[in-house]
Amino acid sequence: MTTATTPATALKKTPFHQFHLDHGAQMVEYAGWSMPIRYGSIIEEHKFCRASGGFFDVSHMGRLRFSGRHARRFLDRVCTRQIFGMTKGMCRYSLVCNERGGCRDDVLVYCFDEDEYLMVCNAANRDKLMQHFAEQKGDLVFKLEDETEKTAMAAFQGPKVMEVVSSMSREIPNLKRYRFTEKNLMIVKMIVSRTGYTGEDGVEVILGSMTAKLALSLLLKEKKDGSDVVKPIGLGARDSLRLEAGMPLYGHEIDEDTDPLSAGLAFAIKLDKGADDDRIGGFIGQAALQKIAKEGVKRTLVGLKVEGRRSPRQGMKVWKSGSAGDREVGVVTSGCLSPTLDYPIAMAYVPVEMSELGTPLAIDLGSAKAAAEIVKLPFYSALR
Amino acid sequence: MSKKSSPANCRYSDSHEWFRVEGNRVTVGITQFAANELTDITYVELKPNGTKIAAGGAVGVVESVKTTSDVYSVIGGTIVAVNPDVVKDPSLLNSDPFGKGWLVAIETTDAAPVSKLMDAATYDSKHAVH
Repeated sequence: MTTATTPATALKKTPFHQFHLDHGAQMVEYAGWSMPIRYGSIIEEHKFCRASGGFFDVSHMGRLRFSGRHARRFLDRVCTRQIFGMTKGMCRYSLVCNERGGCRDDVLVYCFDEDEYLMVCNAANRDKLMQHFAEQKGDLVFKLEDETEKTAMAAFQGPKVMEVVSSMSREIPNLKRYRFTEKNLMIVKMIVSRTGYTGEDGVEVILGSMTAKLALSLLLKEKKDGSDVVKPIGLGARDSLRLEAGMPLYGHEIDEDTDPLSAGLAFAIKLDKGADDDRIGGFIGQAALQKIAKEGVKRTLVGLKVEGRRSPRQGMKVWKSGSAGDREVGVVTSGCLSPTLDYPIAMAYVPVEMSELGTPLAIDLGSAKAAAEIVKLPFYSALR
Repeated sequence: MSKKSSPANCRYSDSHEWFRVEGNRVTVGITQFAANELTDITYVELKPNGTKIAAGGAVGVVESVKTTSDVYSVIGGTIVAVNPDVVKDPSLLNSDPFGKGWLVAIETTDAAPVSKLMDAATYDSKHAVH
């Protein structure tokens, strides 16, 4: 048995760090940050989010503000999604691609005004994107500020979250999905969006790091007698929640060598961006993605329901039986024993011709193979 | 997570297994520290009764939400008992790793490697359970 513990020294701390320690969190290193992986049982936290509500510290994610005359034009150049036409209060999920059509990152873009935007990116890709953006700036006139370390970000997710929110605001429960508003709670100014990464309804909140602790106590109003409807949840359950919800995680389902079309993210790619309007312009990776779309993807991301009780893991091979014997056809990107469904699930890349629902496959667990069947993604979602 | 110290009647490996010697029979499990580090344990697979294992060989696999780990024995011998309860309910490893969560018993002709392992106080001083 081997276990790895990472010293908590020299890691960046979020504004909620003391809260995590006070709540008995096990802290781990994640992309240079000290983050709570769990407060108690990961499975219990997962189930509590599905049944009631969870608070997640997501302050480690990057928050980059683009403002100025060419901010929109620049974002349309680096994002696969169309930014032109977004209006105040809208959020859009997008990819940032490389020239080959691989994913530099997946991001959420918030529009505050036609010349002011906020991009939320993955913690591990923040420095890489800042460098990429500096290289791509050219003659465009805009300011790019990394606001990550002067702000905090929290997600509140679960079926009872909007009830709690409605006691504080009449406006927020009326927000549509992927819409946000700016809100004052006491002296605390915050950005509240109807977004999340769990397959549950809820909000994500961005606020100044100085007021984050105060805001959290106002929002959670903890009773600490076990009756709280929203409890803190760590990165461990965040991962299994997003996996059940069929949402991609950078470094698993997408990376620099994986294109978003194969990952099932065509909805976030404006393939003909700028074709009939030169105010918009094209995006980096557009030609490569057009070519992939035209030729058709060779492999595609599928959901697998797996027999037995073992957890599929990233990198495990997917097999298919045939008249010529068993052969390796694909690879697992993420997997777990689903706490909600109580059977093992996985996401995996398989050849398109084997990606039909119901296709019988197998996952090589090392000591044995487990039968698996292609099922619809998401595995679970309260949202549709 | 409890702040209990590890039992004094066991010896401890660097890879977080515990060994309890009773005559030529050695019971093997994983420590509370290891169980805590692994987080919720969801699956346990053990080599069947009668399996001969070499010193340093694996006696089974423990899987958690986070990771999959082999469990190793410092002694060679024959597996003479496996714990069916922990296979049925892997969470016993989180709740009672030194008791109901034992994994296998091995009959050995050479238990000497166990005496070279850490005692409870040494192990706990290196791996405090928070």
